[in-house]
Amino acid sequence: MAQEASADRLEKLAALAQHRLGFLETIQLDRALGPACAESPQGFSSVRLAILASTTVDHLVPAIRVSGLRRRLLIDVHIGPYGQYRQQLLDAESPLHRLRPQIVLLSLTAREAIAAVPLTATAAEADAAIGRSIDELRMLWRKARETFHATVIQQTFLNIAEPLFGSYDRLVAGAPVQLIARLNERLLQAAAEDDVLLLDIARASERDGLDAWFDVTRWLQGKLEIAPQAAPVYGDLLARVIAAQRGLSKKCLVLDLDNTLWGGVIGDDGPDGIILGEGTGTGEAHLALQRYAKQLRERGVILAICSKNDLAVAEAVFRDHPEMLLRLTDIAAFVANWEDKAANLRRIAEQLNIGIESLVFVDDNPAERARIRESLPMVAVPELPADAAQYVRCLADAGYFESVAFTADDSRRGEQYAANASREGFLESSQSMDDFLRGLEMSVAFGPFHTVDLARVAQLIGKTNQFNPTTRRHSLEDVARFVATDGCLTLQFRLVDRFGDNGLVSVMILRPDPQAPDLIEIDTWVMSCRVFGRQLEREAMNIAVEAARRTGVRAFRADYIPTSKNGVVSELYSALGFTPAQEAPPHDGTTRWYLELSDYVPCSTHIARRPQ
Amino acid sequence: MTDQDILNRLTRILRELLSDDSIVLTMETKRDQVANWDSFAYISFIVAVEIEFGMKFGVAEVESFQNVGAIVRRISAISPTR
Repeated sequence: MAQEASADRLEKLAALAQHRLGFLETIQLDRALGPACAESPQGFSSVRLAILASTTVDHLVPAIRVSGLRRRLLIDVHIGPYGQYRQQLLDAESPLHRLRPQIVLLSLTAREAIAAVPLTATAAEADAAIGRSIDELRMLWRKARETFHATVIQQTFLNIAEPLFGSYDRLVAGAPVQLIARLNERLLQAAAEDDVLLLDIARASERDGLDAWFDVTRWLQGKLEIAPQAAPVYGDLLARVIAAQRGLSKKCLVLDLDNTLWGGVIGDDGPDGIILGEGTGTGEAHLALQRYAKQLRERGVILAICSKNDLAVAEAVFRDHPEMLLRLTDIAAFVANWEDKAANLRRIAEQLNIGIESLVFVDDNPAERARIRESLPMVAVPELPADAAQYVRCLADAGYFESVAFTADDSRRGEQYAANASREGFLESSQSMDDFLRGLEMSVAFGPFHTVDLARVAQLIGKTNQFNPTTRRHSLEDVARFVATDGCLTLQFRLVDRFGDNGLVSVMILRPDPQAPDLIEIDTWVMSCRVFGRQLEREAMNIAVEAARRTGVRAFRADYIPTSKNGVVSELYSALGFTPAQEAPPHDGTTRWYLELSDYVPCSTHIARRPQ
Repeated sequence: MTDQDILNRLTRILRELLSDDSIVLTMETKRDQVANWDSFAYISFIVAVEIEFGMKFGVAEVESFQNVGAIVRRISAISPTR
């Protein structure tokens, strides 16, 4: 009862967090939220974050927690004693070690790194000094990963140095402005090499202006390097990265047409009357939105259209209008009709087989926006400004599609969804499901995780919510550790069919039970929603059983931990021939399953095996 | 805006900041007479006051305020009239 009341209260606080909050309101909401509990209520997940800082950061905590709440993350923030971040990390007795953070954020000032470099330093001397600071950072990153298996986020350095020479500063290796710029360059390089995530406040301060981020009065008063008025932005930027790492970023951009992708109304103005393309500022503004959408598609965001129009008229623009940048092949789901847009958004999510909460809906019409916010509060709806020139900035600033990796599969996703449309057409023309699956001519390539796969593996584990019986999130570091662990079995699956390569679409991690050496547990099994209903789960299980038998394993154990999103796999293990456990499940609601490998009858599928 | 108006607004800010509705500020109140009004909360208070009154105190001013009355008088002197 008390729990229900607290879940209810949390929902109300999460709704409050959606509003633009002032300085005091943020502090009050954070206090109302209270300390994070170990067990998070349904629909929320908890995160343990440690901030290792060399300046005061306590004032950022309310905004971080409120920004997390906005994304249904309950962030437990630990801040070490001021300036003692090294000791905190290295001393096994420190409070930090008791927290066991899942995420370690290094929030450092550039002041220490550049303090000892003389103005007269040569480029080589300046670089050597900066190199030493970067080496120390890398040591701290390594330590955080080894000790906690935590994801490391490194904050870029605010360039708070005042000009000494003016524009000439950037040509003097030892000038403070140039030293910090160089420090950031080297930091980016090291972070890319070490797979460390960034919190890029240096870039944010370039965009907003340094004065929005740094207030010298606060620095002097309390060693606050990040100004209190920047706290809401800071909290939001950080929560975006954490949410992205946990698969909570948006996946699909749904665009309106009239007065959004072009100026004017196609039904009234006709193809010659709409405003699009070079020549007018308005036409270029709409084109800029198309260009941005196309770039998002290139990095793996799915594009969809939702418009009140006749389908034939709307599609003709994409096919025939010479100024159109977006083409029909860029669009994974095209819905143009006269029905309610909320119903249409549901249809789009269903058609793409993604959660409705992964949609972003862009529409110039305030009434349509209000309608969606009202009936589908989980859909992100940017408050588009009246001026089309600001559309791209409005969409970009919201950070809906924050990402923590960019893989080859991302860049191919657009094609893969387009190929899925061809598959749908093929399905409709097939006599039966069996005919359809046979006709797809599917084959699977599989094997243990290779080093080159790790980023995609971690990404798929991070963002898959539906086909994910345990919803355990593993960072890149965790995944690498599984590969190196004795007795651990890792499998990745790539599915190809006559319409194209679906890429790496399923991942399995089986880990041995130290108490029962002939038992192996399915710690993680995820599959991309793009290949649901294609029998891949059956072939994957066939492959897993074969692989496990070769290592002398007797049985599989598997848990199904229900969430609001993984109902699709509630019957997975019973369908694959597992039997329910006799013992009580480890948690309420969880179901536990066993499979004796000697009893396993391979499932028949239409999927051939293919060498890697 | 009278001194009492300003005092009322400062009281509201501090109550919200510290989640303590029992706080009553007078012109003579000093920081150490209010529970939990530590140096960190003092900076937060100053930030909230600056936002509330649309103004900014100098670093020396903030350090020179001996009691709440000094803050009230300073706001009264530099705040745009409303």
